[in-house]
Amino acid sequence: MTSPTAYDAAIAGFEPVIGLETHVELSTASKMFCSCSTEFGADANTQVCPVCLGLPGSLPVVNRAAVESTIRMGLALNCRIVPWCRFARKNYFYPDMPKDYQVSQYDEPLCIDGYLDVTVDTDDGPRQFRVEIERVHMEEDTGKLTHAGGATGRIHGADYSLVDYNRAGIPLIEIVTKPVVGTGTLAPLVAKAYVTELRDLMRALGVSDVRMEEGSLRCDVNVSLNRPGDPWGTRSETKNVNSLRSVERAVRSEIERQADVLSSGGRIVQETRHFHEDTGRSTSGRSKEQAEDYRYFPEPDLLPVAPDAAWIDELRATLPELPALKRARLQQEWGISERELQSIVNAGALEQVAAAVAGGVDPAAARKWWTGELHRIASDRDLELADVPVTPAQIARVESLVASGSLNDKLARQVFEGIANGEGDVDGIVAARGLAVVSDDSALLEAIDEALAAQPDVAEKIRGGKVQAAGAIVGAVMKATRGQADAAKVRELLLGRLGVSE
Amino acid sequence: MTSITRAEVEHLARLARLQLDPDELDHYAGQLDVILQSVARVSEVAADDIPPTSHPVPMQNVFREDVARPGLPRAEVAAGAPAWEDDRFRVPRILDEE
Repeated sequence: MTSPTAYDAAIAGFEPVIGLETHVELSTASKMFCSCSTEFGADANTQVCPVCLGLPGSLPVVNRAAVESTIRMGLALNCRIVPWCRFARKNYFYPDMPKDYQVSQYDEPLCIDGYLDVTVDTDDGPRQFRVEIERVHMEEDTGKLTHAGGATGRIHGADYSLVDYNRAGIPLIEIVTKPVVGTGTLAPLVAKAYVTELRDLMRALGVSDVRMEEGSLRCDVNVSLNRPGDPWGTRSETKNVNSLRSVERAVRSEIERQADVLSSGGRIVQETRHFHEDTGRSTSGRSKEQAEDYRYFPEPDLLPVAPDAAWIDELRATLPELPALKRARLQQEWGISERELQSIVNAGALEQVAAAVAGGVDPAAARKWWTGELHRIASDRDLELADVPVTPAQIARVESLVASGSLNDKLARQVFEGIANGEGDVDGIVAARGLAVVSDDSALLEAIDEALAAQPDVAEKIRGGKVQAAGAIVGAVMKATRGQADAAKVRELLLGRLGVSE
Repeated sequence: MTSITRAEVEHLARLARLQLDPDELDHYAGQLDVILQSVARVSEVAADDIPPTSHPVPMQNVFREDVARPGLPRAEVAAGAPAWEDDRFRVPRILDEE
């Protein structure tokens, strides 16, 4: 586990500089340079052709939709779209690409010099940071390797590897930030907020469905530390950071690791590290002290891309309401504070709350359930909120049952659990699980009498005027009725029974 | 002056998985030699003030519409693979033991 004190000590002595390279698979129907399908989950090597297999004599042709998605992304990130650029071959020897090179962009990216504003929660309220974007460029994804033999399934110790090229050639965009400075202790949160904002932006634009669990968004995290006033330190690059939570964890653990090395007089080696989701730690990969030489050169098989102003304007006109503006609008429509809005955003529940409100649920109720119980169900079950199968209509129904007093919050929770389990609809679950607030006074009084008899000393205290002791009896009654009573009602009946008042 | 040897051509052929007989090796060594000498002549005249040519045709913005089409049947894909296992290309060990 990450110890907060190790992190605090690291931040007390050093200033972090972070940088993020994010790869996102575009949700085009076909690949970047050929017409093979991009559908996820197909049988191995069934979505391949001479182009993406790199067979001799095949020629790639650029997917127009992929260029348009990249330009739209660039515009949404406040970038300049260059008037002319080329693709480049990045040469390397690794079997994830059958061509022995990846088509990418090198010194002529399509979009440059943008920014994205992100908000993080601090003790002093939400704080905004501007993350500057260096470049957004187009490239193609690589094939998927499975390492066979050896005990671990990892590349080390494997006897051989198996390759599925279905993913090879799927359009990717890479978004690279400039170094982000001045975030101090908030660096891990800024990194996470940035990737979250990118994800929301891409979803809003419809350029990617950004399913992190399917690997359609992947991050490389660069971190360096320097003593205040010193030049920037040597950076490491942590790869394989594939969830929002891991972005934060990767930055945090790397700050701790580097601070530890530097504090004990060591030096940071420029290297690639691999992040492990299970441990939240990274291990050293290859050293970058000898710079890799990818022998980039302009891709002769693909013609230059030269977007003119008219095309760019046309694409600009297709941009939807961007997430930051949408949040500001919703905050106003829902009549909530910035902090309340931020709590919804932090819970990743904005879309769900918006959908619930659009479906007729009161904004306060929608916020309460999606940032509370439904959020808890999602994290208990390791689901994305979007995959919690509760509809706006179901929330509205639960809320009306709570408002009319037939359910309390605790019972409502069980209803949502039931829905998540696929037990059916709200009323069916209420009936099947026997979930109804016990409002029959005689039943409650009976439970109260039992609780009083079981705890005579507490009963005596309450009789003597120590009303705050009533909580113990109320708790016992709630337990006895398995939460199906209204706690306020129990308290009222209890005090009446003992003839004391508040 | 010979700039590529017969042994080098043989090595290249092996890397490209081409099987060449001795006559073909001689033949291609001669042809590659001409090509290399031609490139060398271009390098001689290409001074710093001459921009490199990446594309010989004066065209740009050549795109494909985003429509998916079936690729190759898997049996055909497998037939071109040097080794095949579990519907995947089998490739030699990538890294040695740690």
